[in-house]
Amino acid sequence: MALRGDWVYENNGGTCVAIAGSDYCVIAADTRLSVGYSIYTRDYSKICKLADKCVLATSGFQGDMKALQKNLAARHLIYQHQHNKQMGCPVMAQHLSNTLYYKRFFPYYTFNILGGLDSDGKGCVFTYDAVGSYERVGYSAQGTGAGLIIPVLDNQLKSPSPLLLPAKDAVTPLSEVEAVDLLKDVFASATERDIYTGDKVEIVVINASGIRQELMELRKD
Amino acid sequence: MFRNQYDTDVTTWSPAGRLFQVEYAMEAVKQGAAAVGLRSTSHVVLATVNKATSDLSSYQKKVFKVDDHIGVAISGLTADGRVLSRYLRNECINHAFVYESPLPVSRLVVRLADKAQVCTQRSWKRPYGVGLLVAGLDETGAHLYYNCPSGNYFEYQAFAIGSRSQAAKTFLERRFESFNNYSRDELIKDAVFAIKETLQGEKLTSAICTVAILGKDEAFHLIDQKIIQEIIDSIEIKEDAPAEQAPEQDEAGSSGAAPMDI
Repeated sequence: MALRGDWVYENNGGTCVAIAGSDYCVIAADTRLSVGYSIYTRDYSKICKLADKCVLATSGFQGDMKALQKNLAARHLIYQHQHNKQMGCPVMAQHLSNTLYYKRFFPYYTFNILGGLDSDGKGCVFTYDAVGSYERVGYSAQGTGAGLIIPVLDNQLKSPSPLLLPAKDAVTPLSEVEAVDLLKDVFASATERDIYTGDKVEIVVINASGIRQELMELRKD
Repeated sequence: MFRNQYDTDVTTWSPAGRLFQVEYAMEAVKQGAAAVGLRSTSHVVLATVNKATSDLSSYQKKVFKVDDHIGVAISGLTADGRVLSRYLRNECINHAFVYESPLPVSRLVVRLADKAQVCTQRSWKRPYGVGLLVAGLDETGAHLYYNCPSGNYFEYQAFAIGSRSQAAKTFLERRFESFNNYSRDELIKDAVFAIKETLQGEKLTSAICTVAILGKDEAFHLIDQKIIQEIIDSIEIKEDAPAEQAPEQDEAGSSGAAPMDI
């Protein structure tokens, strides 16, 4: 149901969340693809592994998500050819921002979260708007369920203001297991009230030993 | 090769129907450091000699990964080779982006050949001064192609280009019939041996050669120097042993293979 004759976007719904730890990063996204009040599929991955230690989760218009992922993957190949190594997470973060802003006047309708490990092995999460404005944060949520999730994460994870001294880390002191459990809880909660979130949640954990993936069932209604 | 009045630019034919500039470009390939390629049904190996211009400098890169399933070794003007490798990489990436599948090798070499041909028919351009051995694996199997500055390309079971490559070609001509059945390791060994032939007496160490391989379940990659040194050592041990032992160690069963001519 287009709003105008020339409306080219669609919101496929869904929620993405990421949490950065001291030596890990967890990224999660539900697997439901919807349009309007219908479900297209219950089994659609919104997460894309861009590099060894760098994973992208995207909510919004999945057509643009696919195009964006392909674009980034191709550019990453070129980077590898030229530099003989993979892109690090902060490098990819800047690159994603540039790619999004490139289409400032016909944006990718995507709300992205980039997660991974930085060069020191610490977890990092970068959160974006549709045109590439980004920030490194300790945790983030994007998508239709974000409004229900962010307040909970704020309560559990928010660190004191960066304006205070002495400076404190943005990363959470939570352990990896606790962070994954928190993610499962917030997704289950968001599923209750957001019609676009549900079916399954795909949880990806990045740490020094590599990348691990988990699937958890959510309510299907 | 002699200088004459028909060789000033590439768009001038000679009375004998030759384009001298193109032929001079192929001479440039013959002056470059040697590169060899060998192929079996499931693997392709490329090997090059690392020539450094002086003791103070490092050697130039002559083997480039183009995609997981394609790699090239160059001989001649390495700058031209580098630029062409970038072109090949872009072609593969663009094809994979649009079709979500790897670019077939035969298509890639045709594009490369067409690009080279353009430079033989423009008065403001010059031919690329580099020969490329393109090794690739696609649905139709393993392939080895040679792309010339002239815009021609040929498929080979095994080939060698660059300076003193005739010695390697002679070695390969004796053995190529059995290459299709070679195992991965035998192919690498013969590639190293072919490189050794081009050195003609100079000591072969892993520092002066680069070997790369690609196969059915193996993305294109350079082989670690340590492993190459081990292969070189095993070849040298074989040479010290009496000639009768050579056929025994040759598991490919290349019947009637001449004992190693050193």
